[in-house]
Amino acid sequence: MADLSELYQQVILDHNKKPRNFRVLETANRHQEGYNPLCGDQLTLYLEMDGETIKDVAFQGQGCAISKASASMMTAAIKGKSKEEVETMFDEFHRMVKGELDPETTEHHLGRLTILSGVREFPARVKCASLSWHTLHAALAGEDEIVSTEQPDDGL
Amino acid sequence: MKAAMERGAIQSKENSFDVERVRRDFPILTEQIHGRPLIYLDSAATSQKPQVVIDSLTRYYAQQNSNVHRGVHFLSQLATREYEDARVKIQHFINAADAHEIIYTSGTTASINLVALSYGRKFVHAGDEIIISAMEHHSNIVPWQMLCEQTGAKLRVIPINDAGELLLDEFAVMLNPKVKIVAVNHISNALGTINPVKQIIELAHGMDIPVLIDGAQAAPHLKVDVRELDCDFYAFSGHKLCGPTGIGVLYGKSHWLESMPPVFGGGDMIASVSFEKTTYNALPYKFEAGTPNIADAIGLGVAIEYLNSIGLEKIAAYEHELLDYATETIGAIPGVTIIGTAKEKASVLSFTIDGIHPHDIGTILDQEGIAVRAGHHCAQPVMKRFGVPATARASFAFYNTKAEIDVLAEGIQKTIEVFS
Repeated sequence: MADLSELYQQVILDHNKKPRNFRVLETANRHQEGYNPLCGDQLTLYLEMDGETIKDVAFQGQGCAISKASASMMTAAIKGKSKEEVETMFDEFHRMVKGELDPETTEHHLGRLTILSGVREFPARVKCASLSWHTLHAALAGEDEIVSTEQPDDGL
Repeated sequence: MKAAMERGAIQSKENSFDVERVRRDFPILTEQIHGRPLIYLDSAATSQKPQVVIDSLTRYYAQQNSNVHRGVHFLSQLATREYEDARVKIQHFINAADAHEIIYTSGTTASINLVALSYGRKFVHAGDEIIISAMEHHSNIVPWQMLCEQTGAKLRVIPINDAGELLLDEFAVMLNPKVKIVAVNHISNALGTINPVKQIIELAHGMDIPVLIDGAQAAPHLKVDVRELDCDFYAFSGHKLCGPTGIGVLYGKSHWLESMPPVFGGGDMIASVSFEKTTYNALPYKFEAGTPNIADAIGLGVAIEYLNSIGLEKIAAYEHELLDYATETIGAIPGVTIIGTAKEKASVLSFTIDGIHPHDIGTILDQEGIAVRAGHHCAQPVMKRFGVPATARASFAFYNTKAEIDVLAEGIQKTIEVFS
């Protein structure tokens, strides 16, 4: 049976209550909208890129505890990282929340983000955890369109 | 299953409604979810099915399966009779004047789209107006928006107050000769409001404007009488009515249906076909092209018989008791806000909890075996009107109990504790 305390860990509840980097980033040179049409979760991600490096990042929006905490933790984890490093994390994070990567047994670059691994026991909530990462992925690719969790090529 | 039995033992004294007996008709109610007895509070999304409906589907496919209106052989005639008998049951269920006013569709959405496409094609033109309300489900918004895009007509919206009630005075002012149809729901799926549809119809008819009622939420919960309402169209779904998914009804007054063009062409909807000209079949077949959903139509007939055997009045009274109890119990929990506080309400309780997103509420309640809906309920304009991104919604049917509402209240308390 899925364990609620695995999903709603103290760290996640804390990020939900006091999300980090939750603001408009005036120095941003890229921003991206992310949207989950099934539940109405919405976020705007702001990136300040210095060449291939994420110099600063912030977000705003509304959503459930999982989507907000995931976005908050993501911004903390990617600041100062290169685009290539972040793409690797994006891939690993996806596989982790889908239950395809066990952070206990597999090498990874996710650091504290493994706290969100409990989401894999709650399939209905995987999209909440991955919305901010989808949005980041699109922002890095320079896509202008609003990112939706309901795109047909979306593996999640 | 001791807990469920105890729950079932609660009996409503006021109207001699035996919920324990009713619960035994629904096999799913003995299921365990995450190791807890299922508490199904999502009947506004879809109702559960009694054994007689489930059996009717098996019986049809195992012993009677055949196409309708086509064969002289025994099974085809049997299937045709049962399929048409179901239509008559539906006719009596909503007190339509004639069985041919009952058009089978796949559900409420298809019924509304049928009117938008057919009536719209013939009667709605550039510069005309269509009136809906601010508390419609997307299925009673989008088909009209699409029609407006195609024709150049304008969509107008009846506003609502903070309780979630339509502003009838505003509606009266909106009526003018350019309005070609009014389409409103009988009961709001997101708020539970029972709308004064009879008054709306009277006002619209005062200017010869036809009215479509979206009855998806009403047909399962109160006695619908289309002739007493005098509505021109009434749309509802089988699956919210203890029937199968994939079957629904469009009721339309004969004179409207006769004047409207068919939407789909094909078999069954024709009287004669040549390459020069096709003559359309009579009602209701003009609107039922192709092999219909025979099994589920028969299943819907069985569901209606089942509901009739209990009595819609008794169902409505018992559900009202549940709603009152839930409103009192859940509304008293600190931090809980009930969205939708109309004076006239059906058994829908939409709520928010301070600082906790409805999805998190839904997940935590799910772990307790409690099924509620969390989200925008396909009514995003309603959410916007109340300034919330989403709500949690508990909706009650006649097979629910007050004891289940107590468990919901405990689940809400637990949710608040998790986030404290």
